[in-house]
Amino acid sequence: MNPAPLIVLVGNPNAGKSALFNALTGARQKTGNYPGVTVERHSGRLILPDGHPVELVDLPGTYSLEPASPDEQVTRDVVMGVQAGERRPDGLVIVVDAGNLENHLRFALELIALGLPAVVALNMVDMAARDGLTLDADILARELGVPVIPTVAVRRRGIEALCEAIATLGPDQRETPRQSARAIAKAAIIAETPARVVTRSIDKIVLHRLFGPLILAVLLFVMFQAVFAWATPFADLIDGGISVLHDWATTALPEGIFRSFLADGVIAGVGAVIVFLPQIIILFAFILILEMTGYMVRAAFLMDRLMAGVGLSGRAFIPLLSSFACAIPGIMATRTIEDPKDRLTTILIAPLMTCSARLPVYAVIIAAFIPARAVLPGIGLQGLVLFGLYIAGIVGAMAAALALRRSVTKGKGMGFMMEMPRYQMPLLRDLLLGLWQRAWIFLRRAGTIILTSTIILWVLLSFPKTDPASGISQIDYSIAGRIANGLEPIVAPIGFNRDIALALVPAMAAREVAVSALATVYAIDGGDGGATEQSLVQSLRTSWSLPTALAFLAWFVFAPQCISTIAVVKRETNGWRWPIFMLAYLFALAYLAAGITYWTAVWLGL
Amino acid sequence: MRLDILPLNTPATIAEIDWPSLGTAAARRLKAFGFEDGANIEALHFGGIIAQDPIAVRIGRMTIALRREQAASITVTPQ
Repeated sequence: MNPAPLIVLVGNPNAGKSALFNALTGARQKTGNYPGVTVERHSGRLILPDGHPVELVDLPGTYSLEPASPDEQVTRDVVMGVQAGERRPDGLVIVVDAGNLENHLRFALELIALGLPAVVALNMVDMAARDGLTLDADILARELGVPVIPTVAVRRRGIEALCEAIATLGPDQRETPRQSARAIAKAAIIAETPARVVTRSIDKIVLHRLFGPLILAVLLFVMFQAVFAWATPFADLIDGGISVLHDWATTALPEGIFRSFLADGVIAGVGAVIVFLPQIIILFAFILILEMTGYMVRAAFLMDRLMAGVGLSGRAFIPLLSSFACAIPGIMATRTIEDPKDRLTTILIAPLMTCSARLPVYAVIIAAFIPARAVLPGIGLQGLVLFGLYIAGIVGAMAAALALRRSVTKGKGMGFMMEMPRYQMPLLRDLLLGLWQRAWIFLRRAGTIILTSTIILWVLLSFPKTDPASGISQIDYSIAGRIANGLEPIVAPIGFNRDIALALVPAMAAREVAVSALATVYAIDGGDGGATEQSLVQSLRTSWSLPTALAFLAWFVFAPQCISTIAVVKRETNGWRWPIFMLAYLFALAYLAAGITYWTAVWLGL
Repeated sequence: MRLDILPLNTPATIAEIDWPSLGTAAARRLKAFGFEDGANIEALHFGGIIAQDPIAVRIGRMTIALRREQAASITVTPQ
């Protein structure tokens, strides 16, 4: 049986390509990766009116066939039929923004000249009409030599006609259009009024010199409030579910290696990551809405000046914002940065944004050592310290960017150049689809890595088995314990004890594991078996000094210790060079920051 | 007049673009955005609170953000 014909959706960014793809394929979508590059491949199945299936692929948006970024390279290679892991397409659906005809036709003409069977989807005709543009699709079709179907992807208008046009795509004998994009656009536009009245009046407010930055600041504040306030009930629910599962495994299974493996290793380890799903979903909901409405580019515009101060561009703002949820999607979002040096710098500083996995570590230490008193009415000392840790991360990232831009990623960047699309109402369906895809990527990627590292940690802590008669604890006798004892002399100068050294090893898998590792250590030391957060706070107070606790917090502002992040950096930079560099510079910073904090605190007599 | 000193909300046309000074990547991107001799252009907003950088310009029916540094390579004639 022959495979279904391959039809690709191709067009400029902001032509509404993804919305059209969603309208054509619905939920029948698959997300994968092109081999060797880190560009996502979105494919879906479409059943044509005549009953034949076709495979539809949504290619990354690009402005021309001369690629400027890895995403654009893939688009070019696919339509030229030279992309590894992809067949030569049987036809093109060229998506063109009706309201931006002159510009989008430039690329459409390049594509038509390739000679593949093609149909033009004249998308967002409703927006163009609202914009005062009257277009004649027939004139356009005649000038271009290919069928032109007016569509409104978000309202599912013109989808059937487009399907019919795809069904009748075939090798045709057409003449290559000779006219320029400007001339064709001029011919097809019957009437026009001044452009983008609505968008321009919104821009007058959100890009206002004073109100613009203020609106952005308020939006960010609301977003972070929401991430921490709204996520708590859901996180508690998931946490409760994991406890139930853990208890069930503990009671239902016979005592032994397998029970310990399943309950303490797999369920506790993977559970520790899934707890962050609500926060990540809420943060991404905000980010997606900001992106879908078109506001995100305005935010990048407002932030560009600030970012330029440390040698980055406004484009880096979007990935860095995502990194507050988790550095993994943040680092993946750097793909939209065209300039390779800008992109590398952004990747290297992304782990300094306080990701949600640091929160449990901060929360436990702050609860144990920072008194819960008010500094000013309504402002507590604990909250202030937490805020300070976030700021420390941002300042650290900016300083690191400045240093990197003058050393390893030296060179003139391409600056900041971005199209500011029209404002659009986001569609709930597209939002939910986007959230689902991101949640799934997070769960799958983090899940597999966390699962593997949890199993390894469990093995390291459980073997070799100590002889109960010898009086040596299982932790000291285990491989992990021996590693920790070996590490202790290295971390002793910055105020860390063996228990911290022990917690830092599994925290490589995920930062929040440091909390559960400490809980385990003190539960075993105390012998009462109560590994609840309350008893952990008590144990910390008795066994750590205040300088040690502060040094521990400072360590976590900079420490790169999450294997998933390192793995993603390796993938995104195609090699071990940059992840190893990142590991080295972040560990050095963490060590220094913890050391300086500890020595200062001791000197001050805290 | 250079685009970076064109006052806001003053319609103009592009008189000349100094492509070599922009570099290949930036030049290619600007061409794709529709920057060419004779195109209508208008500066709409500044990004910085104090510094007038970057600049959002209308070109054709699009709005494009670019930095002053790039805008300085573009000569415009106010209409």
